[in-house]
Formats: sequence, structure tokens, C-alpha cells
Amino acid sequence: MTPELSGGRPATAGPGTDKSASYALCLGDDALVMAQRLGEWIAAAPQLEEDVALANIALDQLGQARSLLGYAGSLMQPARSEDELAYFRDERDFRNVQMVERTWALPGGTGSDFGVTMARMLIWSTYQVELYSRLASSADETLAAIAAKAVKEVDYHRDHATMWVLRLGDGTEESRTRMQAGLEAEWGYAEELFDPSYVDQELVADGVAVDPSVIRDPWNSRIDQVLAEATLARPEVSPVRGGGREGIHTEQMGYLLAEMQHLARSHPGASW
Amino acid sequence: MVTVSTGSTTRWTRELAWEAAAGVLDPEVPVLTIEDLGVLRAVDVTEDGAVRVRITPTYSGCPAMDTIRADVERALAEAGFERVQVELVLAPAWTTDWMSESGKQKLADFGIAPPQPREHGGVVSLSLSLRCPHCDSPDTRELSRFGSTACKSLWVCNACREPFDHFKAH
Repeated sequence: MTPELSGGRPATAGPGTDKSASYALCLGDDALVMAQRLGEWIAAAPQLEEDVALANIALDQLGQARSLLGYAGSLMQPARSEDELAYFRDERDFRNVQMVERTWALPGGTGSDFGVTMARMLIWSTYQVELYSRLASSADETLAAIAAKAVKEVDYHRDHATMWVLRLGDGTEESRTRMQAGLEAEWGYAEELFDPSYVDQELVADGVAVDPSVIRDPWNSRIDQVLAEATLARPEVSPVRGGGREGIHTEQMGYLLAEMQHLARSHPGASW
Repeated sequence: MVTVSTGSTTRWTRELAWEAAAGVLDPEVPVLTIEDLGVLRAVDVTEDGAVRVRITPTYSGCPAMDTIRADVERALAEAGFERVQVELVLAPAWTTDWMSESGKQKLADFGIAPPQPREHGGVVSLSLSLRCPHCDSPDTRELSRFGSTACKSLWVCNACREPFDHFKAH
């Protein structure tokens, strides 16, 4: 389906739409890649209810991705559909942060780790709540509409991640150790979320885009509060180099895209 | 074929078109119409006689939207409308506060605990105790905050031991 989204019109016409398209593309790629990675937990989570929860969260992320990519594509010259953007771009054209593309394994490990997953979900959903709640008052009515809808969804994701982090952190010695290890594994990738260099300053000045560096403080205070209650230590890990916004990705990104794009590329235009 | 000529005919046409669209059932919860759910937002008739229907998704990723769109097109075609545009609108964001009272009653009769009014101020409301839709006991507990579809959570009744779905306040 290619929905005509009508939440309004872009606030900036002409040259500004390029910048809005790039901005929506970054946020859309984040949600798309997160959705794809989360889907790996379906039928593999520690309990059935968690399968359902992670599948629901993935679906919300996918829905947000479709809205954002559909909008980004509509601003491009020539216009591109959400499917073209999702399936027919190569790794270097994806603008997502590295946090969302990595597997759920601990460094050096191979299997998906639930502590890593909940650490990433907490970091990610806390960031998304702060981002979308601000973007909901964007001067761009379509971005505002997408964000106003999405913020209700990610608030629920944050609650879910918070409950698990509290339960595992303030649980047994084993669960606490593993939750802490998950946090240590994810922490270095959080910095990239707040790097404002990908957002055009004019868009921020026009009230279209959110400067992600302003999210850092509210994000920190919320995370610190959860970690303290969960008896977990705030990791002291240096930020990784990043570069996802410029199309520089980790080794794991190519494998994710191969799986996500394989069908569409082998059978272009296939439908069922 | 419905023809449109004067202002009053347009209004009448719009009512007929609304009625046709409002009868479409939600494919995931087939006791509710899209009107009961608050998914059907507006129906108007353009100057050249085309019918424009606006629908809004419950959740961003609601997979039922494609089916709802096709069902609306079919329902209007059957009612004699030849030119129909179905538009997806996101603003204002859908909320369970738009669900009709009859819709809530239909949900309860179907075995799904209906949403409670949202708390104002917070983005997501905290659920108070729910009544079991089977035995009406207030002694229930949440099993999982996520259920069979994005809009539901899973509960169980401590009195009759039956599990049930809850349509989350959103």
C-alpha cells in the first residue's frame, strides 16, 4: 500500500523539502532497521508473552518507519515509494544510527542476549519518547502528525523496557550481572543518538526538526532514575565512533539488509 | 449511480456515503464497525461528485488498514458510488476515547474488556482494575501488556480463571 499521508503539508517549500526529506529518512531508517532486528525475537523470546510483546513493538516501529519513509519519499525528486526506499537502497545509503542495526549478541558472543535487548530497548525507547514528544509540535504538520501518533506507542515500549530492567537489575545475582553486561554492551552506541550534525540547523530554527542534543539531559535523568532503582551502575564506556548518519555501518548491517531485501530484489514487484 | 446536483442533494449523498462506509467491520475485531472504533473520520463529496473518505489508523503499524481501505471502496461501490478516494489521515492521532458507547458494549459482549477513559495529562493511562467480560468479577490481573493485536493486552480473571483480551486505553 502506498498511503497518501495527509497530516498537512511541509512547512518549507522548495529547497527546504530536500532537508526535510533527509531528516525524515534518518528517523525512518532508524525505525525500519530497529523493526527488522526486533523481528528476530519472534518465536525465540524467553517466554511466549515476550514474543508477543517484542513482535508488537517491532510492528509499531515498522508502522512509524512506513509513515516516515513514505513522507521522505514523497518529498524526493523524483518521488520514491516506501518500498523503493526500504528494499532498493544499498548499505551506504541507509542513514540509521549504528545502535539499531547490531545483532542482540554480547561482544564476542553469538546468540541473542535478552539483557542486551532490554538495555537497548530502554536506551532507545527513552530516546524516542523524548524525540517524538518534541517533534509532535513540529512546524511541519506531517512530521508533527506522525510523531504525535508514535509518541503514544513508544511510551508504552519504554514502560515495557523499564519493567524488565527493574526486574532483572533488582532480581537475582545472575540476572543483575547479565543486565549490567547488556548495558555495558549498548552504552557506547547511545552517544550517536544525540549527535546533532545530521540535522540541518535551518530546519531546527524553523521549528521543523528537533535538535537531538537537547534530548540528552532529559534522557540522562530518566535513565539514571531507572538504573538507580534497578540497582545497576551507569556504565563508563567511551562512545563508539559512529557514522551511521553518513552511511557508515557496522559489519552486521549488511547481513540484516540481505535478509530484509532478498525477496524484493529477487522478485521485484512481487505481491501476494 | 448517485448523481449530485444541488447543495441539499450533496448533503443527502454524503449521508448515504457515510452510512455505507460506516457499515464496514474492523477485520481484527469483527463485532465493531469502523465508525464504532472511531477509525472513520470524515466522508465528503467533492464538487465533481467523487466521494472522499478519511480513515485513521489505530496504531502506526496497524496491518488492518489495507483491508479496511479495500472494504470501504467495495462498500461504496455496492452503494452505487463510482468514484471513491480513501485517504489515510494521521492527525489528530486516534484515541480510544473516540470509541462509541455502543462499540464498547459490543466489545464487552464479544468477550473483550473495553478501554477505560484515558487519564488526562499522561500519554498512556494506567489501567485500574478491569471487570472480567465473562463473569463480571473485578478480581482480574494483567498477564501481558501486549496481546494478539497492537491494540490489546492479555488479562486473566482470578474468579472464573478465564483469560480475556483488553482493548487498551490509547
